[in-house]
Amino acid sequence: MTGTPWGIILIMLPLAGGMICFLWPRVSTVLGLLTSLAVAVSVAGLGWQLQEYGVYRHAIGGWGAPLGIDLYADGLSLLMLAVTALVGLGVGIYSTGYFSCEDSQRFWPIWLFLLAALNALFLAADIFNLYVTLELMGLAAVALTSLTGSKDALRGAMRYLLATLLGSLAYLFGVALLYHGFGTVDIGMLAERVESYPIAWAAFGLMGAGLMLKTALFPMHFWLPPAHASAPAPVSALLSALVVKASFYILLRLWLTIFGPLNEGIELLFGLLGMMAILWGSLQALRQTRLKLLIAYSTVAQIGYLFLAFPLAMTTGASAWHAMAYLALSHALAKAAMFLAAGNLLRFGGHDRIADLDRVVQRLPLTAGAFALAGVSIMGLPPSGGFIGKWLLLEAALAQGHWGIAAIMLVGGLLAAAYIFKVLGHTFTQADISHEPVAVPASMEWAALLLAMGAVLLGFLASPIFSLLDIGNAFSLNGVSP
Amino acid sequence: MNSAFLYALVGVGLFSLGLYALIIHTHLLRKILAINVMGSGVFLVLIALAKRTGLAVPDPVPHAMVITGIVVAVSATALALVLMLKLVAATGHAELSDDQRESQ
Amino acid sequence: MNWDALIPLLVVLSSLLPGLIIFGLAEERVRTRIVLNLLGALSKVVLVGWMLWGVYHQHYYETRLVLLPGLELVLRAGPLALLFVTLSTGLWLVTTIYAIGYLEGSPHRSRFFGFFSLCVTATVGVAMAGNLITFLLFYELLTLSTYPLVVHRGTEEARRAGQTYLAYTLFGGALFLLGTVWLYTLTGTLEFTPRGFVSGAGEEHRPALVMIFALLIAGLGVKAALVPLHGWLPQAMVAPAPVSALLHAVAVVKAGAFGIVRVVYDVFGVEYATGLGVTDPLAWLAAFTIIYGSLRALFQDDLKRRLAFSTISQVSYIVLGVAIAGPIATIGGLVHLVHQGLMKITLFFCAGNLAETLGIHKISEMNGVGRRMPWTMAAFTVGAFGMIGAPPIAGFISKWYLGMGALDAGQGWVIIVLAGSSLLNAAYFLPILHAAWFREPPQSWPHEHEHNFGRKETAWALLLPPVVTSVLAVAAGLLALIPFSPLDWVKLIAQREFYQP
Repeated sequence: MTGTPWGIILIMLPLAGGMICFLWPRVSTVLGLLTSLAVAVSVAGLGWQLQEYGVYRHAIGGWGAPLGIDLYADGLSLLMLAVTALVGLGVGIYSTGYFSCEDSQRFWPIWLFLLAALNALFLAADIFNLYVTLELMGLAAVALTSLTGSKDALRGAMRYLLATLLGSLAYLFGVALLYHGFGTVDIGMLAERVESYPIAWAAFGLMGAGLMLKTALFPMHFWLPPAHASAPAPVSALLSALVVKASFYILLRLWLTIFGPLNEGIELLFGLLGMMAILWGSLQALRQTRLKLLIAYSTVAQIGYLFLAFPLAMTTGASAWHAMAYLALSHALAKAAMFLAAGNLLRFGGHDRIADLDRVVQRLPLTAGAFALAGVSIMGLPPSGGFIGKWLLLEAALAQGHWGIAAIMLVGGLLAAAYIFKVLGHTFTQADISHEPVAVPASMEWAALLLAMGAVLLGFLASPIFSLLDIGNAFSLNGVSP
Repeated sequence: MNSAFLYALVGVGLFSLGLYALIIHTHLLRKILAINVMGSGVFLVLIALAKRTGLAVPDPVPHAMVITGIVVAVSATALALVLMLKLVAATGHAELSDDQRESQ
Repeated sequence: MNWDALIPLLVVLSSLLPGLIIFGLAEERVRTRIVLNLLGALSKVVLVGWMLWGVYHQHYYETRLVLLPGLELVLRAGPLALLFVTLSTGLWLVTTIYAIGYLEGSPHRSRFFGFFSLCVTATVGVAMAGNLITFLLFYELLTLSTYPLVVHRGTEEARRAGQTYLAYTLFGGALFLLGTVWLYTLTGTLEFTPRGFVSGAGEEHRPALVMIFALLIAGLGVKAALVPLHGWLPQAMVAPAPVSALLHAVAVVKAGAFGIVRVVYDVFGVEYATGLGVTDPLAWLAAFTIIYGSLRALFQDDLKRRLAFSTISQVSYIVLGVAIAGPIATIGGLVHLVHQGLMKITLFFCAGNLAETLGIHKISEMNGVGRRMPWTMAAFTVGAFGMIGAPPIAGFISKWYLGMGALDAGQGWVIIVLAGSSLLNAAYFLPILHAAWFREPPQSWPHEHEHNFGRKETAWALLLPPVVTSVLAVAAGLLALIPFSPLDWVKLIAQREFYQP
């Protein structure tokens, strides 16, 4: 098993699958689902290998860094790969019921390319490879957003495309500067060589700005709500759950290995922006009358939570990072479930106006249940993965006396409860105008519900997941020992 | 101040000009062009910084990066142009109107 | 296989599993649903009985599950836990029977009974929690599972009541979470320990500990309906009667009061809390709530709202008993947990009977109803007199011990509060009884139920529960001095807290 090149498999499988689906559209659905399943199994295989043998490093073509492309997987990569595979499976099953035949034939190749790009991103070991995978991911995501061809979808996709290209260019500029300054693009080598020179700051400024734009951190979040709200439901799920997490992952890696140890105080800026994201996103979500926009703004808010870990980790070390990773994982599952549930409601009633949700709790109980369970994790209520993350972040904040951060977290939780229950409350009541309900396939309802249950189940799996996260010690390189 | 540094500065200038154009112009074709100009700026920086003093042969790694970058830029531009055309076909004009208000 | 470690978990599962299955049942499967409900309730009774027997014979029942590195989910069957669990279990059985009768023919019963079971699961989890984080988990679960019951009817009014309910309870939950995490950073543990674990935090944290106490009590006080956090309770009356019965006698308010008991005894320790100076303000707050609730009750014409304000007042007796911080007052407060539960659930059952059978919602419509529904009104009378504190009903015992305890602890002013409260109780209960028994009934009732019940005044399922609980209320008072009565049990708990080193 040691010899198995899991990294190669994880990238080539979806790539090949995507190409076959593109060339031979009739087998798209079946092949697509099989590929998703195979990817999930491969991630499990990689996980087994990590547990047995420690970090995984594979030099493609045998060349090795700094000239060759290396694939690298530690605990953090593994968990990102795992959540990608899980959400991908859920969305795949969902899309069998959601898309018409032609749309499905267009969906699968692009989604499989996106999956390949995501896997490659999480396995990348040098910053230029990260640029390539980042761009691939962005282009695939934009294509998926515009899939249905509606006016809103096209506009959202265009805005998204321009934002993502801007971000990537800024990032590439940073890569150029780093390479010029320190002579390598390999992350490990950069970590050793980088020092506090202006060129490093400039590089970080550019890369940071580009990645913050792609992660939709306040105030660069303007492109996210239109894009995520106007895309078809399964695509929105993929975007909110996985794509924004990918650029965040890059930012995190760069921070942990290269820029964090420089100790320039940027983490305070991250923390501040995170707090504002939580407040702004939650308040905007509360104001929405349409469900998908509400969920999109909720993503803006939840991303803010992730950035709170940066200032907290400066003194408490690994515990804050663990919390952030847990929040990212739970959010991926919960947000995907929410968008899928919203898709169900849209199919059922023909609209997604919140106030007109007509007794959905009775007529689509699985969907309402999925939304509620996902909401529990988003609100940070027990038992759920969101609660574990919130607890650990609160603990870190209070132990250091960061009252502001603790207060914002609690207020954020209450605001989340306000907008979640705004939706749930209306699922009980009757709408003024009744619509002819359209049947929702069981696969769509169950996909949403299972993902939501996953988010809740994460609440009980903290210990094993934390021990997985620590493989490779991604989090102990930053300043204080855990 | 050798020539390589000058080229690098030009690259930075292109990047900034492109950024300005991206923000200011509303017509989509101009925005796409702006992105391309920004891309060219970054490529120019990469190539300029590849020149190493004291050696005859410049560093090939940034050249490889630029080639990759060009390929990516081409595909991205193609996608952007198709999207723009579809948007024109659907709405009649090539601008991202203030549709945020529409979807509220 | 260590069965003892599984029993607390099984008690929790005995209502969780039937609840989850009921969610999936189609609306017409009435018999299956009834069977599942009763099966769950009875199995829970059996398991609790087993635990009672076991604890008496020195068995130790505890389930532990790792939640986070350093923190576990702990379910433990100690004497205090068992007190609350037994109350919950017994009253759940009775309320299930009542609900089956009350919701006969109503829509969405599968959904109702599913959430009903989840609610009880959360309650027994709260009762058996062995540390603050387990308590927090089930406490929030209680909020989440009672919300759908409050909005069950699906009207706009219900939806708004639900929003108010959530606004209060989730806000309280956030305060409670803040207090808990803060406490954890100071003490490194959250396990409930007799005489408290906070004293290990050190002297320099005293101001922080006072704030933590305030946060925890505020969070718990929302559910326990301490003024000014009581606003959700009268509005939640829009829910069906079995929900009001469950919320007011067993689940939500008692969970809040129980939490306050736990915080004062097993987190801070009574002596340490007194030393911090936090017990006196708590006692004043409780006393104020007692009087305020009773005063508001006087001016309500809607029967359920009057009972709601009465609950606000009565639950604070428990808090008062705890805050006076003396062994005898403790006994009074703790035993009132059981006694008030029995009496209040009787009153709500009767209110539900009147509403369901005759369409009576207001007190002004209750003239002469004693002749039409004698058994219901008899039970109501028992409950009312118990609330007033007339012997030999259970309420008298609690008030007696509270009064004695107040004198013993040198807090004589409490007697005035108790006396005043009893007078107010009489003032708002006696007129109801007078109207029901001694006035002439109207020509026709507001909305008489179409079903002809024959010689009975209403359906069996609606009649039996209030009669049973009222008999128990009398028994708890009359037989208070026999072994294994609630009073005897509470004395054991107080002894553990106050006398044993």
